[in-house]
Amino acid sequence: MNTMLIILRRELAGYFATPVAYVFIVIFLVLAATFAFYLGGFYERGQADLAPFFSFHPWLYLILVPALSMRLWAEERKSGSIELLMTLPVTLWQAVLGKFLAAWAFTALALALTFPMWLTVNYLGDPDNAAIFTAYLGSLLMAGGFLAIGACISATTKNQVIAFIMTVVVCFVFLLAGFPMVLDVFSGWAPQPLVDAIASLSFLTHFNALSRGVIDLRDVLFFALVIAAFLYANTIVLDMKKAN
Amino acid sequence: MIRTQALTKRYGPLVAVDDLSFEVAAGTVLGFLGPNGAGKSTTMKMLAGFISPTSGQAIVGGHDVVAAPLAVKRLIGYLPEGAPSYGEMTVRQFMRFIAEIRGLAGDAGRRRLDEVSERLGLTGVQHQSIETLSKGFRRRVGLAQAIVHDPAVLILDEPTDGLDPNQKHEVRSLIRDMASDKIIIISTHILEEVDALCSRAIIIGNGRLLADDEPRRLEARSRYHNAVSLRLAERSLQAAACEALRGLPQVASVEQAEDRVTALPKAGEHILPAVAELAREQGWPLSELHLESGRLDEVFRSITTQAAP
Repeated sequence: MNTMLIILRRELAGYFATPVAYVFIVIFLVLAATFAFYLGGFYERGQADLAPFFSFHPWLYLILVPALSMRLWAEERKSGSIELLMTLPVTLWQAVLGKFLAAWAFTALALALTFPMWLTVNYLGDPDNAAIFTAYLGSLLMAGGFLAIGACISATTKNQVIAFIMTVVVCFVFLLAGFPMVLDVFSGWAPQPLVDAIASLSFLTHFNALSRGVIDLRDVLFFALVIAAFLYANTIVLDMKKAN
Repeated sequence: MIRTQALTKRYGPLVAVDDLSFEVAAGTVLGFLGPNGAGKSTTMKMLAGFISPTSGQAIVGGHDVVAAPLAVKRLIGYLPEGAPSYGEMTVRQFMRFIAEIRGLAGDAGRRRLDEVSERLGLTGVQHQSIETLSKGFRRRVGLAQAIVHDPAVLILDEPTDGLDPNQKHEVRSLIRDMASDKIIIISTHILEEVDALCSRAIIIGNGRLLADDEPRRLEARSRYHNAVSLRLAERSLQAAACEALRGLPQVASVEQAEDRVTALPKAGEHILPAVAELAREQGWPLSELHLESGRLDEVFRSITTQAAP
């Protein structure tokens, strides 16, 4: 069997061997529903769509995904098992991909378990199911982006608390890159093309398009590139740690 | 075969391993000795491919550890210091994971797992999660994962640390059984283990190679090599015995420790016959008389403290 898949399976089994999986899934489902119904006004809007549900995903992920990603490498470094993993006949990419894909598959499972929302909206009205599917895809891609960032940061430390906080901060910057809160830091001194480039990195802008049901290849490609870039950075961090 | 050439590891200004060159052939059990922080673990980590050398080269089975890490890792079974593993997994799950990564699948893999578990006494804890096991069991799980693929090179960082005497005995006999066609490198600071197990010992201090020899020949460097120790049934005679022993022409000096008297020979002399003769003449009530082969701990101490800056 492919080495990467063996690592993926071990990681995934690891989530369910500890309370991590259950706590994460329950909290995710409860918060996702609570936000949609109370803050989003799911019923009050009187529209058969899931916009109030998806619009809170970026904020939900901002807190929950770093909690999931912080342990990816930091825990291995703390317990020393990274020495075991890295002396098995495994390449850096196999290890990085195996861990990332396991975490991503896990968030996909959590996301899939929100299907009662979809059932509800179909029961109540006649929604555009293609748009809902696109929004789910966008949500999953965004979670992947957060996870890749978190995995890379987790590899830099053996302290999970540091990994968590750093990941929240970096994800927050990426989330709001298109908004004044982040852009004002740069617009004073950086050249306009750089400011525009930073603005185009906004997770929120790319996600909003997808969550409205607009499937633009550029948005999909954006998240794919973010994931690839941070996983590549992840391998570099591991390689640097090896050389010290 | 393992060959290192001027292997060096620096952490900033600290030189952990300094210009280390040695060769090991198959069929050798090599003991790595040295005080804490001498660079034993760092050297092992470099051989196993966990950290990369700052400079120098290490070749394992014809493959360079930096240029062809996967080929090297396939050859090696490695027990890291402290025997880390994935605590949330059961012993069986963990072993199956290692076996799969090592390419052992199907019936053959399962048989091999049973065999290794049996050998290391893990059969009874197969379905317990590793974090609930005692230190000794965890160490044995670490050993089991290192030998599951019957590697040509076995690198064990303190394999018997935390084991009780029976377990130590088991692990030593396991290592001895595997020794004939493999390279086995163990680090330890239990010197009796080197005597019992190793066909060769390397002493490292401050990252440098200080001695490289058979344990027997290292012992021969000891002041106590060929010394004669005796114990008298009546302690009142001890002072007189010391005096008499000092009078022997072949004896360099005499030491007393509690109820034991040790006569050290002058270089190259064999004093046992003379001491035995003297004892008979004087009619000492001997309760013990034996020839010392040398004390490895004393050699170790003198080699490693001389080297200290």
